[in-house]
Amino acid sequence: MAYKIIASQCTACGACEFECPTAAIKFKNDTYIIDAKVCTECEGHFDTPQCNSVCPVPKTCVKA
Amino acid sequence: MSQPFTISLDSLQPVGFDAMKQAATSGGCSSSSCGSSAKPEDMDESTWERIKDHPCYSEEAHHYFARMHVAVAPACNIQCNYCNRKYDCANESRPGVVSEKLTPDEAKRKVIAVANEVPQLSVLGIAGPGDACYDWKKTQTTFSEISREIPDINLCISTNGLALPDHVDELAEMNVDHVTITINMVDPEIGAKIYPWIFFRHKRWTGVEAAKILHERQMLGLEMLTARGILTKINSVMIPGVNDEHLIEVNRWVKERGAFLHNVMPLISDPAHGTHYGLTGQRGPTAMELKALQDKLEGGAKLMRHCRQCRADAVGLLGEDRGQEFTLDQLPESMVYDPSKREAYREIVAEERGDHVRAKEKAIAAVKENSADGHSILVAVATKGGGRINGHFGHASEFQVYEASAKGVEFVGHRKIDAYCMGGFGEDATLDATIAALEGVTHVLCSKVGDCPRDMLMAAGIEATDAYAYEYAETAISALYAEATADKDEAKAAA
Repeated sequence: MAYKIIASQCTACGACEFECPTAAIKFKNDTYIIDAKVCTECEGHFDTPQCNSVCPVPKTCVKA
Repeated sequence: MSQPFTISLDSLQPVGFDAMKQAATSGGCSSSSCGSSAKPEDMDESTWERIKDHPCYSEEAHHYFARMHVAVAPACNIQCNYCNRKYDCANESRPGVVSEKLTPDEAKRKVIAVANEVPQLSVLGIAGPGDACYDWKKTQTTFSEISREIPDINLCISTNGLALPDHVDELAEMNVDHVTITINMVDPEIGAKIYPWIFFRHKRWTGVEAAKILHERQMLGLEMLTARGILTKINSVMIPGVNDEHLIEVNRWVKERGAFLHNVMPLISDPAHGTHYGLTGQRGPTAMELKALQDKLEGGAKLMRHCRQCRADAVGLLGEDRGQEFTLDQLPESMVYDPSKREAYREIVAEERGDHVRAKEKAIAAVKENSADGHSILVAVATKGGGRINGHFGHASEFQVYEASAKGVEFVGHRKIDAYCMGGFGEDATLDATIAALEGVTHVLCSKVGDCPRDMLMAAGIEATDAYAYEYAETAISALYAEATADKDEAKAAA
């Protein structure tokens, strides 16, 4: 149960990083990566996964 | 630094730094003792002090002072139909576009490098490329680090307003004295056509509901800034058929809430930019449509007409971008701020401005005197700064446009063009585009123009001349206006 970022579409704006309630998103090698072991899909925090809700590029922050 | 820089102090006048200083101080009348000030009559002294060095808040200042934007805030909390931050081109000038994003530390290095080399620098702005208030931690760190190094730099931000109310107090504490809010509507029904979604309180909102939240937050933010005495500029994108007439209503709302300036900008729309409007064929307004709307708005909130819609990483005077000289790979690892060039420049500008103000007053009075029949002319000026006619026609990438009428001589806008003369040879296709861009203009003033383009402009009904090279724009336009009046009188006498 986790989200992932399609790196080729990502603009690296970083909004997902600071919206993530579990600090699962890190900037590594010029792109943002979601640590699947830490991602909870925001369950228990918010109604919708924050990374996907704030991402400016459609279908870039998606269910892994 | 890997490449040499030329300081364009000489752009103020054809003569050098020293000669200019001498000219400005000779004759026993320095600007300070004559009491002439560029301050508009209807403005109080303290407000003038706060804007007189800010190129965006004072049209008069934009001839002398430069701004730089540091692209430290890439994250955004709304989507606008005219924006696509993925697209980047170094030769493109429009908001939201940058070549390299910076960390606050990198921004500090860049600002010090620019302050050491560009004496005109007076303002440091954060304009994204996302939203400065939403990507707040980076904005805050950048401002506090840089104002420690360069205490006299003006701090300025641009925001869509959604997150603004959360940070107004912190902005005031950091002495951010100028805040721009982009407000394109006060009617959520219209807003829904401009904003597909917003991200607010941990949720994505769409449609009219989203636009309503955005509108309420923008108004709240504006009112909070006004209550704290922070100067505000409202940017509105003019989108023909969507919000063009509606901007009259926007102007009224923001004036009521204390906005200092209203800046109506044309939509930039091109399929190649990959924006929603670009891809769906929504067009931007023509220069004359924009001017017509701005003329309608006169008398409401004061208008800014000299905006160049610059990039989120622009460096230099408005209308020029020296960003490519200061990319990270050209900057040394550690930099020490050297205020000497900025200080020397300020001294000269103080004197030059007094001289310009007196020349301008004289020119305006002369035009008013000659305006009995109420005619008006639009004049395009090629300039490299200083309010003077000091640009070659063939090198100009824009013209500043002035209107001479019964109201005097006023700066009314600019026209962007592709430089006619690229590496020594002009191109007809470019000249055609230039002629099209000069719609409504009757005269072009420059420091030099070739015979060929001059003849082609003449055939299109535009008189280009270098007869007024290096004069102040207003002085030359006043002379042109007197000529036009004399011609008319002659024609009348002959008839």
